[in-house]
Amino acid sequence: MSDVVIAGVGMHPWGKWGRNFVEYGVVAARAALEDAGIDYRDVQFVSGADTVRNGYPGYVAGATFAQALGWTGARVASSYAACASGATALEVARAEILAGRCDVALVVGADTTPKGFLAPNAGERPDDPDWLRFRLLGATNPTYFALYARRRMALYGATERDFAEVRAKNARHGLENPNARYRKDFSVDDILASPMVADPLRLVEICATSDGGAALVVVSADYAKRKGLDAPVTIKAVSTVTPAFPQTVIEMPNFATDSGVAVSDSVTPFKDSITAAAYEEAGLGPEDLSLAEVYDLSSALELDWYEHIGLCKAGEAERLLHDGDTTIGGRIPVNPSGGLACFGEAVPAQALAQVCELTWQLRGQAGARQVDGARVGITANQGLFGHGSSVILTR
Amino acid sequence: MSAILKRAPAIEGWFTIDDEPALLGNRCTTCGTVWFPKSSFFCGNPACDGSEFEEARLSRRGKVWSFTDAQYQPPPPYIPRSETYEPFALAAVELADEQMVVLGQVAEGVTVNDLEVGQPVELIVEPLYTTDDTEYLVYKWKPIDGAPA
Ligand SMILES: [Zn+2]
Repeated sequence: MSDVVIAGVGMHPWGKWGRNFVEYGVVAARAALEDAGIDYRDVQFVSGADTVRNGYPGYVAGATFAQALGWTGARVASSYAACASGATALEVARAEILAGRCDVALVVGADTTPKGFLAPNAGERPDDPDWLRFRLLGATNPTYFALYARRRMALYGATERDFAEVRAKNARHGLENPNARYRKDFSVDDILASPMVADPLRLVEICATSDGGAALVVVSADYAKRKGLDAPVTIKAVSTVTPAFPQTVIEMPNFATDSGVAVSDSVTPFKDSITAAAYEEAGLGPEDLSLAEVYDLSSALELDWYEHIGLCKAGEAERLLHDGDTTIGGRIPVNPSGGLACFGEAVPAQALAQVCELTWQLRGQAGARQVDGARVGITANQGLFGHGSSVILTR
Repeated sequence: MSAILKRAPAIEGWFTIDDEPALLGNRCTTCGTVWFPKSSFFCGNPACDGSEFEEARLSRRGKVWSFTDAQYQPPPPYIPRSETYEPFALAAVELADEQMVVLGQVAEGVTVNDLEVGQPVELIVEPLYTTDDTEYLVYKWKPIDGAPA
């Protein structure tokens, strides 16, 4: 199978700008096109990652961005997979290229978000578990992140200080990232003084919601060669897997796990299976990685991801953190961008932002946060309702 | 409070509100998988094409898988019980017979300091919110007194 290549990446800085999401998407798309040196009129396929918080234009994001950039007759698709929407939109574009139906595709995701906790859309919707968990349980997103954190403390002896150290590391990583929303140094003590939201997680340890936009220009390997693209970053894998039954870890927005009574064989836990599928497609393993961008919806969750992506065995993540392995300059830096801690989540753009960061790192263009000699990078992320998201890039 | 309030579950068919309240799930008659909330029309076991279910009262007792609390008032559609917000705890509880974990609020007055992973808990119902004539109840987990983890 021939590879698909990343010709260009671009972002609109994350923040709380309060403008229309389409603006952020257009800024990011134009930046990616400029980075690629490709004229927008040469794009044959526009793949949008949807936002569900901005009315109809958000549901048809591909067409919305195509119209905003100017109709050209390009084919279009729009994808929704919650936090994994960007990876799904990338996968749709990649499939079009691999099928030989086009050579140049533009992938765009952008969002404008309200303040505060992510809450369900308005209206009475008693058949929607995402609505019901707020009504019946008052279970917010941080509730679920905190359950995992507490579990980690009970199983492995993790402490609130360990979680704060993750947050402090990511704060340092993001300090010089021009696209990050929060560029503030936090000491561990600062973090431990932040108000508790969902015990044991504190305000600054829980991902905020942000405005932002990210875009990729992806092209066939042949097209890259014809255009004289030198040593481009290559997509080695995109994983968009769903869980295997029975899913025995409680997942947002569910009230319960699956029951395991009818199944005797154990299955790979979902978060493990997301990157396992990516490693398999790429023919690479955790030992090949130079860096990783993982979905740190909470400080504690980053530690879980170290284990799910195979950097260490279960229960060893704290040691990896304390040894400095996951800090820039360490063996396998995690979230050199600063992660969600420094960005806050712009849902449809976030999985694409992870790919932008890997691309800059692999090209050696990441400036003060550059991981030396980066050759292989992975993203890991999970969207509500069973959407895996992992991308492996090499150069 | 003057008038006597009716008692009703905050959602129909998810749990009983009798003296020994229980969650109401259902069991696939083909493969035996238990579902909570109830499944209808289809069974989510990929090895099963069953579409018939019998109602199942789930175990009233389980062990805490993990727990947390809500220090800030959740956004709508959560309905706060009082004008000044009172934080509450939540627990995900493992039910051994069903081999599943069920999330719920924890009984009023119980804080995270009173909870630990592995601790036995029991299902109760408590008010979730109140309208002019009805007190709407929800299931909650309550630590079993004197039962160590
Ligand atoms: Zn069945």
